[in-house]
Amino acid sequence: MSRIEIDLDKCSGCGMCSRSCPYQAFEIQDKKARWIEDRCTLCGACLTSCRFEALSGEMPVREVPDFSDYRDVWVFVEQHDGRFHRSGLELLGCARTLADDLGQRVAAVVLGNNVGETARQLIEHGADRCIVVENSALGYYQTCTYAHVLAKLIGKYKPNILLLAATHLGRDLAPRLARRVGLGLTADCTRLSIDPDEKILQQTRPAFGGNIMATIVTRFSRPQTATVRPGIMKALDPDPARTGDLIAEQVDMAECREFTKVLECVMHKDRPVDLTAAKIIVAGGRPVCSDRGIGVLRDFADAVGGEIACTRVVVEEGFLPPERQVGQTGRTVRPEVYFACGISGAIQHKAGMDGSRYVIAINKDRDAPIFEMADYAIVGDLFEILPALTRAVKGE
Amino acid sequence: MDIVVLVKQVPNTTEVRIDPKTGNLIREGVESIINPEDRHALEAALQIRDNTGGKVTVLSMGPPQAIDGICEALAMGADRGILLSDRIFAGADTWATSTTLGRAIRKIEQFDLVLAGRQAVDGDTAQIGPQVAEYLGIPQLTYVQKLEVREGAVIAERALEDGCEHIEAPTPVLVTVLSSLNEPRYPTVAGLIDSTRPRAPIEIWNGADLGVKAYEVGLAGSLTQVVKTFTPKGARNTQYLEGSPAAVAAQLIDALRKKEIRLGE
Ligand SMILES: Cc1cc2nc3c(=O)[nH]c(=O)nc-3n(C[C@H](O)[C@H](O)[C@H](O)COP(=O)(O)OP(=O)(O)OC[C@H]3O[C@@H](n4cnc5c(N)ncnc54)[C@H](O)[C@@H]3O)c2cc1C
Ligand SMILES: Nc1ncnc2c1ncn2[C@@H]1O[C@H](COP(=O)(O)O)[C@@H](O)[C@H]1O
Repeated sequence: MSRIEIDLDKCSGCGMCSRSCPYQAFEIQDKKARWIEDRCTLCGACLTSCRFEALSGEMPVREVPDFSDYRDVWVFVEQHDGRFHRSGLELLGCARTLADDLGQRVAAVVLGNNVGETARQLIEHGADRCIVVENSALGYYQTCTYAHVLAKLIGKYKPNILLLAATHLGRDLAPRLARRVGLGLTADCTRLSIDPDEKILQQTRPAFGGNIMATIVTRFSRPQTATVRPGIMKALDPDPARTGDLIAEQVDMAECREFTKVLECVMHKDRPVDLTAAKIIVAGGRPVCSDRGIGVLRDFADAVGGEIACTRVVVEEGFLPPERQVGQTGRTVRPEVYFACGISGAIQHKAGMDGSRYVIAINKDRDAPIFEMADYAIVGDLFEILPALTRAVKGE
Repeated sequence: MDIVVLVKQVPNTTEVRIDPKTGNLIREGVESIINPEDRHALEAALQIRDNTGGKVTVLSMGPPQAIDGICEALAMGADRGILLSDRIFAGADTWATSTTLGRAIRKIEQFDLVLAGRQAVDGDTAQIGPQVAEYLGIPQLTYVQKLEVREGAVIAERALEDGCEHIEAPTPVLVTVLSSLNEPRYPTVAGLIDSTRPRAPIEIWNGADLGVKAYEVGLAGSLTQVVKTFTPKGARNTQYLEGSPAAVAAQLIDALRKKEIRLGE
């Protein structure tokens, strides 16, 4: 344990150390300084203050622990009633690349009650092994129960990387787990890669509303853990020829402390649209805030077989429901084609559509920022362009 | 009920701009505000106190200026404010932040409920609530859109992606809230407090007050490190289509079909 030593022969009782200390951790008694350990934070501010060189101390140095026995890339795959959440398949695709770069394996981890053989799907989607924990307590997600099981698995297997989707569930579970196990955690990543020299995980995420991107690494804990925004990574096409192990794991639930009781779960009646699965998206901004505007948008979307989407303004004005909002506080989409109609191209909107393969922008204002993120730019009135496009698609 | 509300001072991100030369965030002249969802957390706390009695303490970790947020919270009706401010807290990731906030809540000792925003607009991590709950060893309820207080328990409606659930948890419990929970009240002029006044109900705690060491908190105590920041830029080659609506429509459809995009087939 580090401490501050005072050489009383050299100390003149001048009080410089006391003045330099933000915490009143020195007292001068009988013309000598006395160090009060309880008040000291070991910040080191005092060390250069003494003109008589009476103070010495070694501040704790931080060393990167040896993590060489931590291996493999884990993906926690969310399931509900035996169906896997799409985001888990996307993560497997991304984990595959990371594991190949490291020369390690991909493991899918599934918690549930009736998972059984369906877990083979995860192997087809890129996992080398699939660790399944089945228990009646795991049928419905509860924070502390899931955190308990994952913490035990991490302790046993020592994975190098752990990825979770940044869904409501993932963002509830990951920080609880990270605090329990002692893990650094990066939220809502949009890009993951392996640093070629250090072989550690580079986690890139937007901050300040997408105005800035930050790349983060976890040097002091394992597994390197991150949540990843759904809709960003690409799932691999399932390959039935892929093989891998299915490991049925038991976890001792005796020490598991669950506080909460689920009283009721209410699902929305009609499944909301899943924009993340759409191949073609026709999105409108402020000028479509009218029945006529939505109509023009929908006509074109119907003609091309796409889904309609919008900016936050349109949701706030009540013309489309929140699940159709694209952007930082809405969905992240990556369709083949994204038609941005009457959208200015604010950074928060861009955050949700930048991964689209082709972007087509229609805007009256030649200087609208949306044009910078478009492959095809049409300067014009959407109320003229969209109907013309609808006619062209229909071959009229 | 005694309630601790976590409030963070954040830059108003709608005003955040990037310096085109350096690519850095321009923070000068950007107004600081209480993180929007934290106001809803505070409103919930005030309503519960007004109904059941007890005390609302607002807790914030930040630079000395963050006292402004605490004063605003007191003007909205909070009873006590505590600012955790120290050089050694600076540069903290969510691990180190939750250590610091967690220690402070332990020191407050008396609490039945901890309320926080779901996420802060500057970092958007939504990690602090669950991490503080785990630090304290108490249950967490996140994404809460309705909250009801009973004797020794709370019942919350949590938003799920495709529905919602009703959950009961015993107190003490930590709850993170969505803005749909309530409509925050305005600070009152009468409630405005001069933070420099000797009897202002505001305390400032440093590392020694919390009994933490420099290596446990701030940058030194963080498990993650930011290695690079940059401004996202578009890398598309924009092609402008010109002509009458019918002409541009024909050009576009033609171009997309050439790229083997199936339109309405
Ligand atoms: C914290 C935060 C989170 C946010 N999250 C999101 C988010 O998730 N998604 C999102 O979209 N926004 C989000 N926003 C809002 C965002 O900053 C913008 O305000 C919003 O995207 C602007 O929407 P818009 O482009 O529809 O409207 P405007 O900016 O008003 O742009 C309208 C555009 O339409 C053009 N136009 C007008 N009439 C016509 C016409 N007849 N024909 C063709 N063009 C026309 C105009 O030239 C203009 O460029 C967020 C903001 C904040 C602060
Ligand atoms: N420095 C801080 N001081 C007080 N509360 C904080 C601080 N950082 C985060 N919080 C609380 O935790 C919530 C989630 O923040 P974050 O995890 O950073 O998105 C915020 O809405 C606040 O209620």
